[in-house]
Amino acid sequence: MRLQYPPDVRIIQVPCTGKVDILHLLTAFEEGADGVFVAGCLEGDCHFMEGNLHAKRRVKRVKEILDRVGIGGERVEMFNLSAGQGGRFAEIVRDMDQKIRELGPSPIRVAHMKGSGLHEEVAA
Amino acid sequence: MSFMDIDTPSKLQKIIKAGHLAVTSEVGPPRSADGKVIEEKGNLIKDYVDAINVTDNQTSVCRLCSLASCIRLKLMGLEPVLQMVTRDRNRIALQSDILGAASFGINNMLCLTGDHQHFGDHANAVNVFDLDSIQLIQTVKMMRDEGRLIGGHEFDVKPQIFIGAAANPFAGPNVELRVARLAKKAAAGVQFIQTQCIYNMDTMKTFMKLMVDRGLHEKVAVLAGITPMKNVGMARYMQKRVPGIDVPDAIVDRLKGVPKEKQADEGINIAIEQIEELKEVEGIRGFHIMAIEWEEKVPEIVERAGLYPRPKVNGG
Amino acid sequence: MIRAVGKPLEEIIGMVQNFDRILLAGCDGCVTVCEAGGLKETKVLGSALRLYFTQAGQNKVVDETTLTRQCDKEYLAQLGDRIDNYDAVVSLACGAGAQFMVDMYKHKVVFPGVDTCFIGVTEERGWYTERCQACGRCILADTGGICPIARCSKRMLNGPCGGSEGGKCEVSPEMPCGWQLIYDRLKTLGQLDRFEKPVDPKDWTSSRDGGIRKIMREDLRI
Repeated sequence: MRLQYPPDVRIIQVPCTGKVDILHLLTAFEEGADGVFVAGCLEGDCHFMEGNLHAKRRVKRVKEILDRVGIGGERVEMFNLSAGQGGRFAEIVRDMDQKIRELGPSPIRVAHMKGSGLHEEVAA
Repeated sequence: MSFMDIDTPSKLQKIIKAGHLAVTSEVGPPRSADGKVIEEKGNLIKDYVDAINVTDNQTSVCRLCSLASCIRLKLMGLEPVLQMVTRDRNRIALQSDILGAASFGINNMLCLTGDHQHFGDHANAVNVFDLDSIQLIQTVKMMRDEGRLIGGHEFDVKPQIFIGAAANPFAGPNVELRVARLAKKAAAGVQFIQTQCIYNMDTMKTFMKLMVDRGLHEKVAVLAGITPMKNVGMARYMQKRVPGIDVPDAIVDRLKGVPKEKQADEGINIAIEQIEELKEVEGIRGFHIMAIEWEEKVPEIVERAGLYPRPKVNGG
Repeated sequence: MIRAVGKPLEEIIGMVQNFDRILLAGCDGCVTVCEAGGLKETKVLGSALRLYFTQAGQNKVVDETTLTRQCDKEYLAQLGDRIDNYDAVVSLACGAGAQFMVDMYKHKVVFPGVDTCFIGVTEERGWYTERCQACGRCILADTGGICPIARCSKRMLNGPCGGSEGGKCEVSPEMPCGWQLIYDRLKTLGQLDRFEKPVDPKDWTSSRDGGIRKIMREDLRI
């Protein structure tokens, strides 16, 4: 199964989405990510019982923070899918990629680019 | 000590001591500086009651003050019962107001803790609750009998006050505790009680029986609280929304069973039947008729319940 | 322990927006336990503030640190060599810690990063309830170990009032009636007779009404 998904996605593996912390997500945005999503196991299927539910609450909290600091909570999402759903994964990546492209670059990346004179590259 | 022991100039006390069934009612002051409202409400009921309570910022809604209203009634030659809650004033202000009231010859007080400010029109206010109702009773008694303030100051001209408080047989945890708390109020020095509005007769009778078993009815005169229902909507509201009031379904059903335009009459009928029934209960020494924003109905209730004309007492 | 909750981000942004170099100072004490002002919360606040100011095109320095406690001078002193690198400090300690920082660094602007709420307990993680109002004269021995000052909405010493119904307070159907709890407890202990004796007015001089309170322990002073 060779599934295509956009190449500008960086995958960071964690043993369980329960390991994903609010700070990890915020740091990704501080470093210029345009969007972040957390892909956890299906609800009820967490090997560690409720790691994915913890992640869900944290993503919700990060959405609130992003809304309040002018980044926009829609740049972070959580999805639940099983390890066997490769097709679904590719589809989620494509959808998220499309949504983030519509939102445009993160204001943080824009600010960084301005600071380093690379603004035009982003615009292009 | 009991309502028989310490004689005050209170007309209410004299009537109770003479063995008559007392009748009191209440007026709620206006939410403005319009003192005439008090006079009008007072005039409406004055010939049908022995004493008139004036509420103290009832349900934590800010109103013209109880003390000024009571002075106004007193100057009209009527017999006021000064209601005082501990929610808004500390012991300095409470005692100060008691002295002020007594200086105008106000001889009855109802000592209350008061509703939490959360209910009212100033939910953001700080509350005081320096004392609670029982401590206020103790305070009035000490001022009257010992001529002393909580702080220790002693004085000669003492307030002559017939001390009252409220009791709610229908509140938690159970009726036994409610009687125990009344015993505590009696120990603190209370002489008369006006009860919460009564709708559940069974609980009220249990309450009275427990009182009589302990001999509390010889110490504290109980005036049964009667509030006529204006319509089925009011009955439902009291049943569902007002903490500490127990409205049995039978009352709601009875009001529901008559056409809308007859519900007010039915509410009055129920109130009169309640009075008749409670007259037979040992320990009941009168009635406190709280016709909420319906003061004009008090004369009719008093007359039809066979409580009119009101007795005359010496000096009253 | 003291329980606090983080202030809304908007409020903190409003406080610090006119300062360019901002230090966020967390506290490893009570506010860490209730997850309002510990290392983690301080870092999250720092990240959020950097995101905000960066997207708003404002170039600010936002650094984070935490102190073992902000209610002891020895730990506050640890900021001494770097506090002047900053124009303003946001203290995520309780109100006592934040004020002690002001005492030590009188020239420095210090803002509160949390709302200090009460002395309470952890019912469950993220759910804290009040138990003590620090009135300075404990009466738990008389009330079955349940404090009516903290747990009765009218701080009555002779409760329950007539608004107690079904074990709940008149203020809210979710709030237990403090005096119902006391009643249940005294019943369990076989001490219901305590209800019959009026409790005298409380001496509040040890409570909040006399300016700041102090404890002076000669046996401990060096």
